[in-house]
Amino acid sequence: MRLALVLGEVGQGLRRNLSMVVSVVLVTFISLTFVGTAILLQAQINQMKSYWYDRAQVAVYFCTDFSTVGTCGQTAATPEQIAQVEAQLESPTLAPFIEAYYFEDREQAFANFQEQFEGNAIASLVTPELMTEAYWVNLVDPTQSQILADALRGLAGVESVVDQRSYLDQIFDILNASSFTAIGIAALMLVAAALLIATTIRLSAFSRRRELGIMRLVGASNRFIQTPFVIEGVVAALIGSVLAAGAVVAIVHFFVQGYLSQTLPQTSFVGLEDALLVVPVLLGAGALLAAVSANVAISRYLRV
Amino acid sequence: MIRFDEVTKVYRGTAKPALNSVSLEVLSGEFVFMVGASGSGKSSMLRLVLKEDRPSTGSIHVLGQDLNRISSRKVPYFRRNLGVVFQDFRLLPNKTVFDNVAFTLQVIGKSKGFIHEAVPDVLAMVGLDGKAERFPHELSGGEQQRVAIARAVVNKPSILLADEPTGNLDPTTSMGIMTLLERINANGTTVLMATHDAGIVDRLQRRVVELVGGRVVRDERGGGYVTQAVPVMPTDIVIPQSGPGVGPAATSTEGWR
Repeated sequence: MRLALVLGEVGQGLRRNLSMVVSVVLVTFISLTFVGTAILLQAQINQMKSYWYDRAQVAVYFCTDFSTVGTCGQTAATPEQIAQVEAQLESPTLAPFIEAYYFEDREQAFANFQEQFEGNAIASLVTPELMTEAYWVNLVDPTQSQILADALRGLAGVESVVDQRSYLDQIFDILNASSFTAIGIAALMLVAAALLIATTIRLSAFSRRRELGIMRLVGASNRFIQTPFVIEGVVAALIGSVLAAGAVVAIVHFFVQGYLSQTLPQTSFVGLEDALLVVPVLLGAGALLAAVSANVAISRYLRV
Repeated sequence: MIRFDEVTKVYRGTAKPALNSVSLEVLSGEFVFMVGASGSGKSSMLRLVLKEDRPSTGSIHVLGQDLNRISSRKVPYFRRNLGVVFQDFRLLPNKTVFDNVAFTLQVIGKSKGFIHEAVPDVLAMVGLDGKAERFPHELSGGEQQRVAIARAVVNKPSILLADEPTGNLDPTTSMGIMTLLERINANGTTVLMATHDAGIVDRLQRRVVELVGGRVVRDERGGGYVTQAVPVMPTDIVIPQSGPGVGPAATSTEGWR
């Protein structure tokens, strides 16, 4: 009896304020889509980090006849100097940190360069003499590149020691910035959604103030008066959350899986299972937001 | 049943108190008229009994509970012991007569079976049998007030508060309503009624409490709208305790228990 009565009140409230309810649905839809996208973007960044950081190498570049930096002086590194670096890599001090290393001579570097920049005008300008000889080192722990740099940088014939992760960090900074932007927009939209839900519930309470007055007069408990309004807000917000969850899953399925991973096959992207993990977060956030703001909005009508 | 002890009520932003150290005791089963000009504090007293407001100073006991100490969470349960009727009926226009009365019981969680038993009973009691499926706008003013009374008493309250229940009705209809209220009173419900209707007060000869400017100036058993026993008292005299037997013109004990 009471449940039917409460649900009847909810239905009546939703129908009476249809335009407000639609706007609540849209605002929660958009704000939670932003929230979901931001979460997925962070997941993507973490996934790329663990993927690329593990593959990132440290390059020990040797002097060429043209280089002036480091200990060079426009003289190419001699085979003895290269051997000395290799001896360092094999030495008991550095060996425990190193998983594997290999030497890349000018011809190999040239071949790699030609492959990488195939079709680009710069490929025809470069000759093998311009390429740099290098040791490519895979570290046991990729974060410890500084040890290698400290040990090898001062050696004769070494032009520079470069950790590839420094290139990756720039990319991740950009991705991080965009995910923080999404979170910022999401936060603003959530504030708007909370205020809109509160306004909707106030309007709904106003349109039912006769019933509310009589309910209070005859001694309906506060919880009984409150519940239909809270449910009303939660229902509206949940519709928005479900749409947002659908949008997030659709983005992952059609854009990330359907387009991005076809275009960049060697990169790993977030999958549907990540999107499905985000769905309950969005539903929970929508319901909680609505319940709290509806509760605050209706409490004004319950003061005795 | 209802006791006011030195109750003063000052509304915010006003200097003059709406009630000025009012003391009053209403016993179980009494029928009390509250008379006085508009703004004399009749409605303020009813609001205080309902705990829609709290007094500025003084204490009010209703049904053995100190209203200053009752927590706001308990107020709804306290109000279930009171019935209220207004001048403007306050029916829900989109509900039938039956649903208007049933609504009261629904929102305090009564079972469907109880509602289907109690509502027809109370509608018959107020003389509205056969009109259960009508809507308020299809009824006359007197009939609408009967619906409001049915709603107020369906839960068998100990106290019925009536704020000018005949204010919108013609004299004949008013007498019908008063007969109904007397019948409810005869069944043991304490009735506290604020009114301007001199004819009714004179005819019923019940206890009359007269308010002027927020003070009780007369508390007369078996009195009329204007007293014949003694001239109206000056307004600056404070009656310290207007309990039983203290009223200036206690000429009758009719309605006392």
